[in-house]
Amino acid sequence: MMEFWNRFRQNRGAVVGLLILLLIVVLAAAAPLLYPKSPWSMVQRPFLAPFAMDAFPLGTDPMGRDVASAVAHGARVSLLVGLVSTVVSMLIGVPIGAIAGYFGGRIDDALMRFTELFQTVPSFALAVVLVAIFQPSLYSIVIAIALVSWPPVARLLRSEVMALRSREFVEAAILSGQRARTIILRQILPNTLSAIIVMASMMVAAAILIESSLSFLGLGDPNVMSWGYVIGAGRTVIRQAWWVSFFPGLAILLTVLALNLIGEGLNDAMNPRLKRRGK
Amino acid sequence: MRHVVSATLALLLTTALAQAEATPGGTADLIVQPEPPGLMIGIVTNGPALAVGGNIYESLLRYDETLAPMPSLARSWEVSEDGLTYTFHLQEGVTFHDGTPMTAADVLFSVNDFLMKTQPRHRNTMAQVESVTAPDEATVVFKLTQPFEPFIRAFAYGTMPILPKHIYEGTDYMTNPANDKPIGTGPFRFVEWQRGSFIKLEKNDAYWDKGKPYLDEVIYHVIPDAASRAVAYETGVVDILPGGSVENFDIPRLTELPNTCITDKGWEYYAPLSWMWLNNRNPPMDNPKFRQAVMYAMDRQFALDVLWNGYGKVATGPISSKTPFYSQQEPVYEYDPDKAEALLDEIGYDGEPIRLLPIPYGETWQRWAEAVRQNLQDVGIKVEMEAADVAGWNQRTANWNYDIAFTYLYQNGDPAIGVSRNYITSQIEQGSPWNNVEGYSDPEVDRMFEEAALAYPAEARQEIYDQVQVKLQEDVPVAWLLELTFPTIYNCKVHDIVTSAHGPADSMRDAWIEQ
Repeated sequence: MMEFWNRFRQNRGAVVGLLILLLIVVLAAAAPLLYPKSPWSMVQRPFLAPFAMDAFPLGTDPMGRDVASAVAHGARVSLLVGLVSTVVSMLIGVPIGAIAGYFGGRIDDALMRFTELFQTVPSFALAVVLVAIFQPSLYSIVIAIALVSWPPVARLLRSEVMALRSREFVEAAILSGQRARTIILRQILPNTLSAIIVMASMMVAAAILIESSLSFLGLGDPNVMSWGYVIGAGRTVIRQAWWVSFFPGLAILLTVLALNLIGEGLNDAMNPRLKRRGK
Repeated sequence: MRHVVSATLALLLTTALAQAEATPGGTADLIVQPEPPGLMIGIVTNGPALAVGGNIYESLLRYDETLAPMPSLARSWEVSEDGLTYTFHLQEGVTFHDGTPMTAADVLFSVNDFLMKTQPRHRNTMAQVESVTAPDEATVVFKLTQPFEPFIRAFAYGTMPILPKHIYEGTDYMTNPANDKPIGTGPFRFVEWQRGSFIKLEKNDAYWDKGKPYLDEVIYHVIPDAASRAVAYETGVVDILPGGSVENFDIPRLTELPNTCITDKGWEYYAPLSWMWLNNRNPPMDNPKFRQAVMYAMDRQFALDVLWNGYGKVATGPISSKTPFYSQQEPVYEYDPDKAEALLDEIGYDGEPIRLLPIPYGETWQRWAEAVRQNLQDVGIKVEMEAADVAGWNQRTANWNYDIAFTYLYQNGDPAIGVSRNYITSQIEQGSPWNNVEGYSDPEVDRMFEEAALAYPAEARQEIYDQVQVKLQEDVPVAWLLELTFPTIYNCKVHDIVTSAHGPADSMRDAWIEQ
């Protein structure tokens, strides 16, 4: 573990990313303490510029709602949606990829054609349609994001499993009479963990972006304050009040950047042999 | 001293008026949004068709901002003492755009024949009419079966346009090729319609009101995107943005442009009034005290100032202050969260969640729903916001599947026409989002609305409407929000674009451009 951390911290970008993410997680966790009032409450006059009043460092939106409070509360929603939808898409993608890769043949064909069915539709368009059909709510958004983002997971898992499938330790396990399920769970999946973790960190970032885009288009859960919503609501007044869209936009940028940096760092740390590639 | 001041003022005013002498010539460029499906307003009666068609076709009367009748195709008119006989004397020398004279025969044809087949609203009005006759070429007499005071406001271009008999008689009205090249008696003549681009009208040289119109041409531009419409105004492509052409949040920016004027007049006939349906069938909305609490909880002045840029007015009750027979009655609901909380305590509201359905007409309405949700939550009402597209909103309100839902409706010039439909028991019918959707039912209110419609003359009606307003404001069947106005933004060089209760739609006859 120590060794892993040593390798990880050699990537300076990854450490910066981790720090940013930690900051955002703290912000999300502390939001109810920092801003006990609902982020929807109209607390000051509309269009208050940032830093004009100490109590409202990021200003207020066209309805007099505190932008700082919206950014803090939005962090909770974005992180929650990012994490949960990634977990759900893993739960779909990992078994499908593993089974396809392990058994091969017709099962592989069937599962991969099914996966392609999802891959051929542009993922964001599909997410929009799904949310519109199911009525926008946190649940439908998480499900929609998971449904459009699992195919790459299945693809990745399949190729990893196929590579491992012909390794000696797997053949030994087969010869020793272990059942397929046991082999996949005990022998193969643990060895794909590094690839899954790297992928997951990137997927959280992608999920946050999709959620923000949906909210921006007005397809967010109308009962929760999310970054995308604030940007969407501020878009129409961008000429009068740039700060309404700017700060949540900055928050999205930093979060996604941090997650990508971390993903890079994890990749380097977990696959030391690939680390110096291209340098 | 005061006399001197007022004398000076009067002098200043007269000089100002003298300078504002109408000059003929020029082209007015307007927006029509969205593109109308047709311009033959005897058949197509949606907003954009009327906005253009109102300057091509005319009716017997026009209405000023208090909805008092003004002459149009009728030069003068008399109503008999008993309110049963309406006699109209037509203008002299009126011709259709093809040169054929307009006579009482055209009026009879339009009223008795054409519009009866094409317009359900006209049929409703005519249900009160026993006969329409023309004693001579220039006189038309309507005889009613019983006094119906709103009748005098039924002669608007939108509800009763006078159409050319010689073109339509004996043809299939809906498919007559003349529908594509509308021919009326109005101040402007149809010239050209480039679909998706513009509609062009030119001056009717033979217009009966000598000297008018002043403009040579009127061009209606079709620009589908709201931001592009604002830009078209900024760059001077269009001079007039009729109400609803641009998004609300653009209005303050546009009005700050040099030489830009704005007016919120011209909506007196429709008088759009916004409110929230409170589903009276479901608890806790079945309790008048809960409904009153909703009224007290809302900061409507905030919505007016922040979301509607101050254009409009906080509604006091079911009748808009622009509509005849409005009167200010108690109780008036000021923003008072403490009172709302007290009422909720009194009825023992248990925090049961209430669904709030916004009307999906864009940004402003969405923000408004968010503000109301916050207002309600602040007094302790648990609100869940829902989302629906236009079709979904229509379907849910029409089928009573909501707790609280936003809406706005036109009052159409008379409480008997545009108000009673939302409160009387006979209008509780599933399938329409425009009738008594909230399900309020009170025999006394039913009786009063019925009597008020048929009472005669106006003073007798006023008395009953005063009582109805009190009763409804006590019961709060729906939560009234604002009287809306959709201001017209225009270049100040154009004058007199709103001279009636219908706004630019039938005022271009008076409009002129400073040369």
